[in-house]
Amino acid sequence: MISFDRVGKRYAEGFDALREISLDIARDELVFLTGHSGAGKSTLLRLIMLMDRPTRGRVLIDGRDLAQVKARGVPRHRRDIGVVFQNHQLLFDRSVFDNVALPLVIAGYDFREIGRRVRAALDKVGLLASERALPMTLSGGEQQRVGIARAVVGRPRILLADEPTGNLDPALSAEIMQLFEAFNQVGVTVLIASHDLALISRLHHRIITLRQGRLVSGSAQ
Amino acid sequence: MSSRRQSATRREGASLSRTQLRDRYHAWLQHHRLSAAQSLLKVVENPGASLLTWLVIGIALALPVGLNVALENAARLGGNWDSPAQVSLFLHDGLGDERSAEFARELGERQDLASVRFVSRQAALAEFTALSGFGDILASLDKNPLPHLVLATPVETLDESAITDLREELGALPEVAEAVLDMDWLRRLHSILELSQRLVLLVGGMLVLGVVLILGNTIRLAIESRRDEIVVVKLVGGSNAFVRRPFLYTGLWCGVGGGLLAGLLVEAGLWSLREPVGRLAALYESPFYLSGLGVMGILNLLLFGGALGLAGAWLAVSRHLADIEPR
Repeated sequence: MISFDRVGKRYAEGFDALREISLDIARDELVFLTGHSGAGKSTLLRLIMLMDRPTRGRVLIDGRDLAQVKARGVPRHRRDIGVVFQNHQLLFDRSVFDNVALPLVIAGYDFREIGRRVRAALDKVGLLASERALPMTLSGGEQQRVGIARAVVGRPRILLADEPTGNLDPALSAEIMQLFEAFNQVGVTVLIASHDLALISRLHHRIITLRQGRLVSGSAQ
Repeated sequence: MSSRRQSATRREGASLSRTQLRDRYHAWLQHHRLSAAQSLLKVVENPGASLLTWLVIGIALALPVGLNVALENAARLGGNWDSPAQVSLFLHDGLGDERSAEFARELGERQDLASVRFVSRQAALAEFTALSGFGDILASLDKNPLPHLVLATPVETLDESAITDLREELGALPEVAEAVLDMDWLRRLHSILELSQRLVLLVGGMLVLGVVLILGNTIRLAIESRRDEIVVVKLVGGSNAFVRRPFLYTGLWCGVGGGLLAGLLVEAGLWSLREPVGRLAALYESPFYLSGLGVMGILNLLLFGGALGLAGAWLAVSRHLADIEPR
């Protein structure tokens, strides 16, 4: 589903964020991406959602080379990928419902369909009762679950998460990971960047390790 | 692999990631409605700030529009005075009183003259003495310096060049020393009006440019204040057009509101002038009255304001929106 073919990313300052990365992630997989901060985890995710382009090599999603996706096609590409951000990226002046509905509004769904899907997504993350609340009134864990609901509400084929448990205590972190496993079980390819080794090593999924932009282990299943 | 086959392989739900063309049209329409309503709501929710923007635009538009209305009224006034152009015929000194009156009667029979009035030199002197205040000086003269005068008014059907020809013809008559056509002041008025119109156009052009820039700046600030939101929308797949839409509508509403205020300002100004102008016209026994913008004028102003709003918003959006990319 996700393939990297000798991908390198060098930033303008001459800093190599990624070097010679080759990996394959299958359709039904849940994969962890780990490494110290600055190892290239975020850069790798950014290449998948086309926030950046590789300097070298090819990134393929579902067999399609992302180099073929022109600037105009980037929004559509992003609609097919759900992303959970470390800092949630919620809109604090809008209700939980409106935040989760955003991808559907962008994709142009009918209002009734939006209501149905948003409530289904909120139900999955256990926040159905808070749909009218503003994100500010929620705890950090709840905000992260709103972010997850927004990432999955469009039923993407790929779910990316950048340090989704970064600011959460262990119990909450485990809950969040269970959510990702549940989505993986219904056929979503999940890629989670996390440096919480203690947590992810308990979960028995493939772990890709990056060090200084190079792939150290976990390149293939 | 097509998305259809793919969704069949999914274990839950059917993916509609590729919506049909008709659905996309409906979605597009729906987002337009949503953007229009939401940006209108934002404008209404901040009445203070919105009113200020409207006032700025309204005043900037009201100035040229008001001047133009004033000019149109002045042109109408000039038009009222267009037809009774008068030819003043100063008769030769040697012509006696009776011969002069006789000459005036003869002129009165011409088909191309609507009316002829004879002013004898004595009557002219009396009138001049009464009006000028030079009575003493005039009384001290031993001889009346004024000639006999015939005021001839051409029929209304004659146009300007025909009247000029008529003046020459009358001036060539042996009894006439000089024929003066009182149309010079009218021509001056017309060229002053033309010049003023040109000036209004220039000032209006500059103010319109100002309005576009003001609106552009308003929208730029709106974009800045919603930068985070734009980033999030782009992150979850919002296209540039999607992000642009609410700002274009904000510009439209600002412009329409400004146009409405401009219309109201002009109408209020005219309303406050109507009574004194009416009184003045009554003193001159003129049927003249001030005419305003009318419903169509105000509608046009709304449209024009809206167009300016869109232009300003487009300017701001095209310059600033593309710069905001998720980092």
